[in-house]
Amino acid sequence: MKKYWHVINIGIQNNLTYRFNFLARAIFGLVPLVAILYVWKTIYNGNGSGSRVGTYSLPEMVSYYVLITMVDALTAVNEDDWQIAADIKDGNISQFLLKPIDYLWYRLCLFLSGRVTYVAVATLPLCLFAVYLHRYFMLPANGAAFGCFLISTVLTALLQFFTSYAMAMLAFWVLEVSTFIFILYAFEYVASGHLFPLDILPRWLEQALYFTPFPYQLYFPVSIYMGKTSGPDLARGLLIQGAWVIAAYFLARFAWRRGIRHYSAVGG
Amino acid sequence: MKSETRNPKPEETGHASRITRHASRYLSIYAALWKNSVAREMGFKGNFLLWIVVELLWFGLQLSFIGVLYLHTEHIGTWTKWQVVMLIGASHFIQQIFQAFFLINCTNLSELVRSGKLDFLLLLPVNTRFVVSLRQVDLGAFVNAGSAVALMAYAARQLHLAPSVTQVLGFLGLCIAGVAIHYSLMFLLASISFWTVRAQGIVWGYYNLFNIARMPDEAFRGLFKIVFTFAIPMLLVSNVPVRLLADKIESPRPILLLLAMSVVCFCVSEWGWRTSVRRYTSASS
Repeated sequence: MKKYWHVINIGIQNNLTYRFNFLARAIFGLVPLVAILYVWKTIYNGNGSGSRVGTYSLPEMVSYYVLITMVDALTAVNEDDWQIAADIKDGNISQFLLKPIDYLWYRLCLFLSGRVTYVAVATLPLCLFAVYLHRYFMLPANGAAFGCFLISTVLTALLQFFTSYAMAMLAFWVLEVSTFIFILYAFEYVASGHLFPLDILPRWLEQALYFTPFPYQLYFPVSIYMGKTSGPDLARGLLIQGAWVIAAYFLARFAWRRGIRHYSAVGG
Repeated sequence: MKSETRNPKPEETGHASRITRHASRYLSIYAALWKNSVAREMGFKGNFLLWIVVELLWFGLQLSFIGVLYLHTEHIGTWTKWQVVMLIGASHFIQQIFQAFFLINCTNLSELVRSGKLDFLLLLPVNTRFVVSLRQVDLGAFVNAGSAVALMAYAARQLHLAPSVTQVLGFLGLCIAGVAIHYSLMFLLASISFWTVRAQGIVWGYYNLFNIARMPDEAFRGLFKIVFTFAIPMLLVSNVPVRLLADKIESPRPILLLLAMSVVCFCVSEWGWRTSVRRYTSASS
């Protein structure tokens, strides 16, 4: 167990070297968010005061995007998938086959340290942003909802990580994985609620999305926070999210085992 | 690098022939670079096609967002649905043309600095900015630009537009100004790598700014609008050309502003580049 603490520690130090990079990401990332909020505000104004889009009033819509940004900062896979793919391609994983350290847990530690650093750096701009929008920003529906939100956020992070890990395993078979990663990311981007709340979609489409893991990669925790998902739906949702995490974990393990059989240490 | 400025007062005829000689020399260099890029792309055909799929997917994704927005409203400011579709098409077109010629080269700059490979380019007897900016051509981007044109044509039909030849030519001219703005700003950002070495975060950040270019300008107000019109003119880049094409323009002022901003951006980026190169200390070991 101790060795993994070391990994986290080293990971944080490594990431802090590039704190300026992280800060640039956090600040630049807010720009399109502000732009989308402006567009929504114009739409609400055009529809008349007090109007709603789906079930959302303007303050709810603003809160939605702020929350999405926060959960995204806590859970998004940053460069982990590229690094894993590069490790495989360059033969760097050979050393992990010899050492008493598990590559998946090793990467998970690095992912965690990456998130810790990112949140540390991004907190200031994000908080300033939330304060700036405080008139619109909503508190969680209730304490229990907030607890479930936190649990769900952790599950979201794990789901994101295991999916990316499994995706990066493609590097065992193909030379260039970035296209595949981008294709998956495109689906994630729209179907996980990054661009707009999923419940303003036509009902049938929203229902269809719930058969995929995508809503559980971002949208679900936010919908808990806002009280859009509660009661039996909430319990069932958390179970399904947990099931997706386990499924993604086994997929990642399976892909690794198959990949190792295919692997012929290049370089290293 | 500064060979053009060495003789301030050459004879008239000599000057003209020198310019043509220069131009033809640079054109032949550029042709060679093109040949290299084609050969490189054709080495990875599957990958080449997959990148086109990726771009199409993201393009579709932006359209789906607009589709969702217009499920809940009739117009954003005065922009109707098909006008915004046209805006997205134009924005994609400009972005793809920029990508075809410049993007990879801008993002590669930080790598050139980090690895010290810039040494070899500085030694070549041509303008360094020219080689650094145009070394590789992204051929797939031309295909994607084609899809953007198809979308714009479709949107124009939905709007019952019949733009005149002047409008179309004006549109293309403004698109070139837009590409120049994207290129200048991206190159300026990439030059920061002379200071921080790992500038991917900054370059990636510019991707976020593309997002603003495809939003209708009327949605914005206050400081945001001022910054993204006069400092980082993202709100002009594709909004002005589309306004010209869709008969949404009242005065020539935005057109002049876009043209002026493209010149300003280019000059600033040239200044930034020169200042940065002066700081360059080779990193090779």
